[in-house]
Amino acid sequence: MSIQFKQETFRDDFTFSNSPEQIQRFPFPFDKDSFMYSVNLEPHADGRKDSAYEASFDVDEHYVSEMHDRALVLDEDPLRCQSLPHMTLAGWDVLELIMTEKSRDYPDLFTLERKGNQCHWINRPLEIDQHFTFGDETTLPHGPMEYITRQAQGDFCLLDQRNDNLWMDAGIVTTQADWSLDFDIGMNFFEWHAPVPLAHEMGIFQRALKFLLNIQQGRPARRLNWTLTINPRLDTSPENYHKWGIDKATVAPENVGDKVHLRVELQTFWRLPRSNALLFPIRCYLIKMSELVTVPKWGRRTHRVLRDIPPELADYKGFASYRDTLVAWLSQYDDGEKTSPGVWPE
Amino acid sequence: MVAIMSDDTPEKSIISRPMYGRLSAGNSTHHLFVADAEGAQAILDMQVPNASEFYSRAHIIYIPRDSGNRYLSSLQALNAKQFYTGPSIATALQRLQQTLSTAHMGLQLYLAGTEGLIGQAMQVAMNAGMDYAVIQTEHRGSRARRVQCVHCKGITEDVTTQPVTCSHCGLLLLVRDHYSRRIAAFQGVCINAEDPSYVPEKQEIFK
Repeated sequence: MSIQFKQETFRDDFTFSNSPEQIQRFPFPFDKDSFMYSVNLEPHADGRKDSAYEASFDVDEHYVSEMHDRALVLDEDPLRCQSLPHMTLAGWDVLELIMTEKSRDYPDLFTLERKGNQCHWINRPLEIDQHFTFGDETTLPHGPMEYITRQAQGDFCLLDQRNDNLWMDAGIVTTQADWSLDFDIGMNFFEWHAPVPLAHEMGIFQRALKFLLNIQQGRPARRLNWTLTINPRLDTSPENYHKWGIDKATVAPENVGDKVHLRVELQTFWRLPRSNALLFPIRCYLIKMSELVTVPKWGRRTHRVLRDIPPELADYKGFASYRDTLVAWLSQYDDGEKTSPGVWPE
Repeated sequence: MVAIMSDDTPEKSIISRPMYGRLSAGNSTHHLFVADAEGAQAILDMQVPNASEFYSRAHIIYIPRDSGNRYLSSLQALNAKQFYTGPSIATALQRLQQTLSTAHMGLQLYLAGTEGLIGQAMQVAMNAGMDYAVIQTEHRGSRARRVQCVHCKGITEDVTTQPVTCSHCGLLLLVRDHYSRRIAAFQGVCINAEDPSYVPEKQEIFK
């Protein structure tokens, strides 16, 4: 099973699209016909074949182009990758974890050879062949966290654990749903979630934190989060909001199916062995509404969820202004049939 | 401690919004005060059982700002071991940094006055290795905010209006309640990115 990597863009001419096979493996987030916040954490372990959950760190057809887009963002704004001074050891933990898991899950794409601290890493899709000494930053072109996360899809946050809380003390964030690492770095779990409406009052974050503090090494967990994005733009950062915010005004009945994308974050949580930090990858998947409705169950259900969602959530997720246009378009794919429980296509 | 709500604590808000308490004389071996403008009154209102002994181990750094010399004689009358008045927050922060770098264990830090002063002094203290949770704070006087533009990263001082024009890049910013201790600023986000023709009138709400 070799992956055909696409050459495509997530900016300017937006040539991104999903192949029919990629649509089938999309991590659809709605397990029923309505949505409300919940502590939807579960083990990241079932590994369903040909799904986005099969590998520890999923690699898909967008890998090479996503890594190119990340490099462009970092060239423009180096503040998207930061690490507070006490987080270097955790960075080595991250490098080891990702290299080990990727070379095990995708031996045709990645190889890690290790003799003591002498390492040899081969990343075939990105044409990287690197010898380095584990623990010696001078043997890599970047710090360990930045080095390996320039080769892994999705954003990565490194959370230090102390005083019964988690602290956002390092990260690389170039595909985010409108939050700023530069502003939030150093905050605790409750502080960086402060702007989220409703969930605090529901006790969601207290319960989620309790769960996360207890995550054990070798037993990762995951959850999904979602929002909507206009155009297949990975870098919907607050830093650049004054440039992309105007995109919302371009949504019209005749283009809504191709303009509006469901943006799903596959969030996973990994306890790291040396630092006891938590690695928090936030992997972003994009799918056009016109691609989503090729799965009849997903078309019906997405229509119902977006039609019925509370106004403050539509506002927070940023689609209040074009919700009516989108729901009207989706309604033509909802024949009123019952949908089966769970997220899978059928 | 910081958990004590003061009458001056702003209305219910989001969790990253700082909360302030009332200054309370601790049992530490050294007491370091940093205050600006009406923050002086927070020090003067503090109940101190054995004042002469307490202030013989105290250092007060005070920036009068708009209050001129209104509080100076009262503060001087406390007979602190060290008393400094400075012309600006920036100058006082230099002194604070030096004082903390040579401080011993058992120093209690008290911050009183505007949010901008409290935030910036706390930032200096945290950079010196102090845990923000053990720093006493009391808000007095102006509610003007320090705002960081999320787009250009520039900081606009003493913001009293909503929205505000970024003093660096000129974008019209919505001032959020989301606050970063590390940057010592509230977050400002372009208010009309989705519709540049929307130019809401500025209202004085942080007084």
